[in-house]
Amino acid sequence: MRIIIILIMDANGKTLETLKCGQRSVIRAVDPSCPQVQRLMTLGLVEGAEIELASAAIGGDPLEFRLFGRGISLRREQARHFSVAPVGSGD
Amino acid sequence: MTKAKEIRVPLNQIATSRRADASIAVVGNPNSGKSTLFNRLTGLRQRVGNYPGVTVERHVGTLKLADASIELVDLPGTHALSAHSDEERIAIDVIMARLPGVAAPDGILAVVDATNLYQGLYLVQQLLELELPLVVALTMSDAAEAGGVEIDVARLSEWLAGTPVFPVVATTGRGLEPLRAALGKLKAQPAPVFAPVWPELAAAADDLFAEVEQKPRRADIERLLIDGPGASNQALLEALGADAGQKLRKAQDRVFGIDPPLAAEARVRYQWVRKVLADIQTEGRSLISWKTRLTGFLNRPVPGTIGLFLVMAIVFQAVFAWATPMMDLIDGTAATLGGMVANGLGDGALSSLVADGVIAGVGSVVIFLPQIIILFLFIILLEDSGYLARAAYLMDRAMRSVGLSGQSIIPMISSFACAVPGIMATRVIPNRRDRIATIMAAPFMTCSARLPVYALLIAAFVPAETVGFLNLQGLVLFGLYMFGIVMGILTAFLMRQTALRGPKPPFALMLPEFRRPNLQTVFIQLLGRVKVFLRRAGTVIFTVAVIVWALAYFPRSGELELQAATEYAQAESMYAGPALETALADIDNRAAAAQLEQSWLGRAGKFVAPAFVPLGWDWRVSAAVIAGFPAREVVIAVLGTVYAVGDEADEATLSQRLKASRHPDGSPVFTFPMVVGLLIFYACCLQCAATLAVIRRETNSWRWPVFAWCYMTTIGYLGAMLAYQLL
Repeated sequence: MRIIIILIMDANGKTLETLKCGQRSVIRAVDPSCPQVQRLMTLGLVEGAEIELASAAIGGDPLEFRLFGRGISLRREQARHFSVAPVGSGD
Repeated sequence: MTKAKEIRVPLNQIATSRRADASIAVVGNPNSGKSTLFNRLTGLRQRVGNYPGVTVERHVGTLKLADASIELVDLPGTHALSAHSDEERIAIDVIMARLPGVAAPDGILAVVDATNLYQGLYLVQQLLELELPLVVALTMSDAAEAGGVEIDVARLSEWLAGTPVFPVVATTGRGLEPLRAALGKLKAQPAPVFAPVWPELAAAADDLFAEVEQKPRRADIERLLIDGPGASNQALLEALGADAGQKLRKAQDRVFGIDPPLAAEARVRYQWVRKVLADIQTEGRSLISWKTRLTGFLNRPVPGTIGLFLVMAIVFQAVFAWATPMMDLIDGTAATLGGMVANGLGDGALSSLVADGVIAGVGSVVIFLPQIIILFLFIILLEDSGYLARAAYLMDRAMRSVGLSGQSIIPMISSFACAVPGIMATRVIPNRRDRIATIMAAPFMTCSARLPVYALLIAAFVPAETVGFLNLQGLVLFGLYMFGIVMGILTAFLMRQTALRGPKPPFALMLPEFRRPNLQTVFIQLLGRVKVFLRRAGTVIFTVAVIVWALAYFPRSGELELQAATEYAQAESMYAGPALETALADIDNRAAAAQLEQSWLGRAGKFVAPAFVPLGWDWRVSAAVIAGFPAREVVIAVLGTVYAVGDEADEATLSQRLKASRHPDGSPVFTFPMVVGLLIFYACCLQCAATLAVIRRETNSWRWPVFAWCYMTTIGYLGAMLAYQLL
C-alpha cells in the first residue's frame, strides 16, 4: 500500500506545495504516516477533495488553501504529503 | 436493626433534575456560529464554570420555554470525535459521557455552518452513531444563500436518518422558533437509526465484544478501535478481559490493514459527505463577495503586515487614549475618597486602614479595569471577526523561528498593554507546550504599569542629549521595550528547548471569512472575562494591597508621633498663612518617612538591603522594590513616602530627591550604572500579583507562576548586578 502511494506521488510529481495560486486541483494521494497529516485528513484533506491555493503568508509559508469554499492553512512541510492532479484530469 | 441504604447520585444530576427538564449538549465545529446561537437561545441566563482538573470553561445556559426549561451546555468547538487539544477532548468526553461525575446529555444540538457543510457533516455523521436524540441547526443560512448555494433541507434530513434540520440565522434570530420547539421535545425524540457508513468497522466492533455480556454502545467500541487504548476508554478495554490489548490489535489489523486508523476513518467518512453534498447542494455561480476580496488583499505579505500593524496600533491607541483618562479619574476618586475618610475619621490605624489600605486596595483593582476591558473587547472583536486566525497565519513563519506558532502573536502583542488579557488570550493556542511558553514570555513585554517607573527614572537620570538625530531618553525607552521583547522571545525559545521540549504541534488553522461580530456574543464574552479578572486577580490584588499597607503602617512609633506634634507646635508659633502650610506639610512628610523607616516594611528593606548592595541599592530602594512586588506601579508612591515628599508628589520633586539621595558614606545612590540596573530589574521582574493569579488560573497549577516569579526575579537581579558592576 505504502509503495503504491509513493509510486503515485513519483509519477505525478505535483503536491500541494508546488501548486500555483488559483489552480484548482484534486487530491489524488495522501501519505498518512505522519500524525500531523492524519489530523489534516480529519479536517477534510482526503483523496477526492477539490482544493485550490489561495495565498502564501509572510515569508512564503504557511500556505492558504480553499477547501470547499473554506480557508485552511498548512505549512509547506505538511503540504508536501499531499499529491494532487488538475481538476478533470481523470482518475 | 435496619441498615440505612446508601444512595449515590452524582451531584450535578441532582442539580439538573431540579432545575431543568433536559440537558442538551451544543456541539459544532469551531467558528460554526455555535456560541452566537447558544447566546441567542439562552440570553443572559448563563453560568460559567470549569471542568474539573482542566482550564476549559464550562458554559451552561437555560432555554426557557412555555412548558419546559432546558439546560444547554455549550461545548468547545471540535471538528471530529478524535481530540487534538484539551478543549476538544473535554467536548468529546462530555458527548460520549466519559467524564467522571458528568452525566450523559439527554440529546445533542449539532450546529453546522451552512457555508461549511463539508466539515460540518463529518462531525454530524459521527454524532448520528451515538444513539442519542439529535437536531441539526444550519447556521448562517443567509450567507450560504448569498453565496449562491442552495441546500435541500428535506433531502439532508433524509440522509441524516430523519434528523430534524433547521436553517437559522443566529445573528438576526430568523428560524429560531421551530428550533426552540424541537429542543423542548428533544429528550422524548427517538434516537436516530443510522445505517453504518462503514460496515466493516461496525462488524469489527460487534465481533470484538461478541463474548462480553453487557454490550457497550457500538459507537464507543468504534472509537476504541480508531483511537486506540487511552485514558478515556480504559473501562471499555477492561471489560474485554485479560488479553484485551491483543484482541484489539487483531481487530484493528483486520479493519485498517497498515493504514493509520484516523486516516482510514477520514477517507471513508468524507467519501460519504461528498456523496451527500452532491445530492443536496446545488451551487449557483457564486459572486465573489467583498469579504473574499478583502481576505485576498489582506493575505498578500505587504498589505497583510501593514494591516496587522495598523490593527495593533489602533488597539494601543484605544488602550492609552481611552483608558488613561478613566484611570486618572479612578485614581483621583480613590485619593479624594481616602482624603475624606482620613478627615472624617481623624488620625489613627482605622482611618489609615480604610483610606490607605481598603480604598487604595479597591482602587488598585478598579484602576486596571478600563484598559483591561478595552483590551479584552478588542481581543474578542478580533477573534469573532476572524482576524485573529489571519494574524496567526501571517506571522506563523516568524514566530516559528523562535519556537512558537502564529497563534502566539496576539497574546504577545496584547501584553504590551497588560499581560493579564494577553495571558488569558493564550487560550486560542491548542498546543499546551506552545501555550505555556507564550505565557512565560508574555510578562516580559513592557506593560503600561512599567511605563511610569521608566518615565520617572529616565527623566531624572538619563541626560536629554541627542545622539545623532535621536533623543537619548527616547533611545533608552526604546531599548527597554526591545530588551523586553528579546528577553520574552529568548525565554520562550529556551523553554521550548528544555522544559517544554516536545514534538512540533500540528499546524492546521482554519481561516474563517471575515464577518461582523455579533454584539450580544461579544458582550457576554466580555462580561465573562471581566468577571474572571475581578474574581481571580481582583481578590489577590486587594489582599496584597492591604497586607502591604499593614507592613508599611505597623508598628507605629509613639515617640515619632510625639516629636511631630512638638514640631507642629513650634511651626505654628513661627509661621503663618501659606508658609505655615508648607512647613506643616514638610513635617508630615518627614514624619511619614520616619514612620516608614521603622515600620516592618522599612525594617524588611534594611534587612534585605545587604542582598542588594551588589546592585548599588540602599534600604530605601530595597523597601520600595519589596512594596512593588504585588503591583509594580506602587513603587512610585512608596518612593515618594520614603523620600519624605509625600505619596502624591509630582515627578520633578521626587526626582530631585532621588538625585540628592546619598549612601551613608556620602556617595550618591542613584548613579548611572545603578539606574540602568534598576531599569533592567524593572524590565524583567514579575512584580504583578494579578499576572501571577492569572498564570495560576490558566495553567491550573502553582508550578508555573512560582517558576515564572523565581525565574524573572533572578534574571532581573543578575541583570541589575551586571549593569552596576560592569558599567
